[in-house]
Amino acid sequence: MACALIVALVRFAAPAAAQSVPKLQYEKVTLPNGLEVILHEDHSTPIVVVNTWYKVGSGDEKTGRTGFAHLFEHVMFMGSQNVPVGQFDKWLEAAGANNNGSTTGDRTNYYESMPSNALPLALWLDADRMGHLLPVMDQAKLDLQRDVVKNERRQRYENSPYGLWNETVMAALYPANHPYHWTTIGSMTDLSAASLDDVKQFFRTYYAPNNATMVIAGDFNRDSALTWVNRYFAAIPRGPQMPARPVVPVVTVPRDTFMVLEDRVTLPRVYETWKSERIYHENDAPLDILASVLAGDKNSRLYKRLVFDMQVAQDVTAFNNSTKLDGYFTIFVTPKPGQMPARMAELVREEIDKVVKDGVTPRELARALNTRRSAFLDQIASVLGKSDRLAEYNYFAGTPDWIQQDAARYDRVTAADVQRVAAQYLTRPKVVLTVVPQGKKDMMVTGGTE
Amino acid sequence: MPRTPTAPFAPLALAGFAALMGCSGAPVMTTSAPLPPPPVVAAPIDLTKPPILGAPPTLRVPPITTRQLPNGLKIVIVEQHELPLADILLQIRNGGEADPAGRTGAAALTSALLTEGTATRSALQIADQAAFLGVRVGAGSGWEQSTVSLHTTTVQLDSAMALFTDVALHPAFPAPDLERVRKVRLTSLQQLRDRGPAIADRAYATALYGEQHPYGRPLAGTEASMASISRADIQRFYDTYYRPNNATLLVVGDVKPDDVERRAQALFGGWARGDVPGPTNTAAQTPKGATLILIDKPGAAQSSFRIGGIGAPRSTKDYFALQVLNTILGGSFTSRLNQNLRETKGYTYGAGSSFSLRRQAGPFTASAEIVSAKSDSALVEFMKELRTIRDTVPSDELAKAKRYLQLGLPEDFETTGSIAGQLLPLITYGIPLDFYNSAVESIAAVTQADVRRVAQQYVDPDKLTMVIVGDRKTIEPGLRALHPGEIIVRDVRDVLGAPPTP
Repeated sequence: MACALIVALVRFAAPAAAQSVPKLQYEKVTLPNGLEVILHEDHSTPIVVVNTWYKVGSGDEKTGRTGFAHLFEHVMFMGSQNVPVGQFDKWLEAAGANNNGSTTGDRTNYYESMPSNALPLALWLDADRMGHLLPVMDQAKLDLQRDVVKNERRQRYENSPYGLWNETVMAALYPANHPYHWTTIGSMTDLSAASLDDVKQFFRTYYAPNNATMVIAGDFNRDSALTWVNRYFAAIPRGPQMPARPVVPVVTVPRDTFMVLEDRVTLPRVYETWKSERIYHENDAPLDILASVLAGDKNSRLYKRLVFDMQVAQDVTAFNNSTKLDGYFTIFVTPKPGQMPARMAELVREEIDKVVKDGVTPRELARALNTRRSAFLDQIASVLGKSDRLAEYNYFAGTPDWIQQDAARYDRVTAADVQRVAAQYLTRPKVVLTVVPQGKKDMMVTGGTE
Repeated sequence: MPRTPTAPFAPLALAGFAALMGCSGAPVMTTSAPLPPPPVVAAPIDLTKPPILGAPPTLRVPPITTRQLPNGLKIVIVEQHELPLADILLQIRNGGEADPAGRTGAAALTSALLTEGTATRSALQIADQAAFLGVRVGAGSGWEQSTVSLHTTTVQLDSAMALFTDVALHPAFPAPDLERVRKVRLTSLQQLRDRGPAIADRAYATALYGEQHPYGRPLAGTEASMASISRADIQRFYDTYYRPNNATLLVVGDVKPDDVERRAQALFGGWARGDVPGPTNTAAQTPKGATLILIDKPGAAQSSFRIGGIGAPRSTKDYFALQVLNTILGGSFTSRLNQNLRETKGYTYGAGSSFSLRRQAGPFTASAEIVSAKSDSALVEFMKELRTIRDTVPSDELAKAKRYLQLGLPEDFETTGSIAGQLLPLITYGIPLDFYNSAVESIAAVTQADVRRVAQQYVDPDKLTMVIVGDRKTIEPGLRALHPGEIIVRDVRDVLGAPPTP
């Protein structure tokens, strides 16, 4: 904490009294069966959260089964040996709890957020599905959630404008044998192919206490919580050793790749994507700051030029997405009616070149860093937010207690770093996707325009 | 409130849990008593049954301090010292409901322009200052309120409040910025054509209220109205409604009331009062009978369903009965609509319902995005649920909904932002600020008869307005075969006008 504060004080560009990021106290206990339990007490509100992360995601899926890790997540809510179908949610709601789950390429999580007295119920329910899911698993549960997930795919991707951009770009950026070649939602064909045997095999392989971390955060008594954890989880047997993750192939984009996708959209949009780096890589924080400098607010390079001054674009977005194995940096622009995507790509190129050639100003850097620093406090304003921080740092950084180090990564970013990563990453070959209105493939951005 | 404290929690926790956890392990929801005391009987632990829970924590609503400045500005302060953060909202008691005739979207455009230039700061300077301070300054409007908002760390409170006040009190509405923002918003309105759910929302509001009623017109305006709003219209809207005697300053966070009042006096004390016209009511149309408006969106993978009618105003005496009714019908994951359409039939990723409680009676809406091929089957299930909700609901289902509402309240008061979100509607609709102090008891008092009465009053299956936006050639034959009432077929341009040339 003292360290982070000193960094803030010596940074001349930052406001003199920049807010420091508080430490998150925690205790970690590992059960004999390998289940990691992270405890963080916070009695400010009578709420407690149980947030369980399994170290499995869509990156672990087999060929022909894309989307399976996420489909499996849905099946985990359909009841277990002592929990009849539908009762998981009914019992939790009757106790005033909310619950949900999520799946990414790297991990799957399940959480319950509830009044503090309901903690043993959540622990019991989570233990029952961790230990005893399969005795009552059947084809009907799988088929139902297959239909729900197909509707999730329709609602969030197919029936959402530009919704298929990400799976199109990931397939081009990552080779077929890379875990990020496909996206978490998977394909309709593969969702159709998922079988009951797949469910059983996946559970036996990945859903074991030694492949999970459970964060308990909020208003609870430590000794009570550990007593319940032991009571419900200790008898669940350790699973087999997790299968070795495949060696991830080297990702290279040897030359610019241009693609076009027709969609039911009024305006075209051009997406440009470069390979970046895995989360917490030394260039990860500078790339985040570069994204803010390019399109983070009204004064950012691309917004100011394309949207504010020239008014040729409706919107512009830039972000660096970094996860366990790799990352990518995307800029996308929606041209105003009558404007061409190729012109947008030219303007983006010009603005990147300016950063590469002339760097960024102290004020630009300060805006990006100060906005980023404030966001750390917002992430820990709720118990659920804190539980996510602890779980994420534990998984990706190797220790739950890493929020101050995370903030310090950004404190160390200099203007020279931002210029350097712009030159290093955004001048390399890229994947360019133009999403166009149906019948307007001539709007596609191609190499010839640059 | 019979929230009976029973076994003291901590001593048992240390002595082992047989006493607390044992007994026969009845599910926690199978009683109709609102919050039954947990049985405490020594018995062996049965891991095949859910644990019996101790008494839930008492809802602690944070204390609320109110002050008022001589110019009439009300101040509402909630101390929340967990983190060095504050959420500050200047609430104006008028929004889109006050849009002048032919100027739909005037309130929204006025809000949007507050951060686009003041007497001393340009749009870029406002954005630069906010990002440099690491704070968020924004503005927006609803039906009967407009808000200017600040989310800040308390170390930056001086500079952040100066910026926030400048945006709220000294907007310049620069003409070039108006034209730029107008173009952005016009383009956004054109892009609505891409989204079936947005088309359905627009068409549903107009179908329920007609274009003569403010609730039948879109808050964001139409392409025609957005093109017609002048700088003078915006200045007039601002000068009329942005007055201290028509406003409340809501401050939630790591602050002290005396300090907030001192700052408010220094920053807002010179703000001049004005004569603010009161709201006018517009009669809503009454539905003739069941009507299905089918809007063709060729190639849509799903059909957007919006079904319902005109519900109740926020001032209704039935507030809690409606909350319980809606929780059972479509307001929670285990609600009937979601259990049926998602968890039993698999037709959708999620189905739900809502009562939008406004100054005048707002819409009641049941909604879902349904796979095209099951649109007719889904309509059958929607109708089934909207009919059976009028029957007496089983006591265990009522108890579950009441407990979900009661016990979920603490989470609504967790962060500065969520606390502000709870208090803002009270301020907007003139509800006493101690409203939540008795919410647990008020929910407990809702009976089966209450739920049945409000269901019969507000959900009329024979006069429903239904809007379905989807791929007509796939869905029309099946929907027609159900004879759902009068069917009106439209296309997207009937709702949003002709599309632009990209």
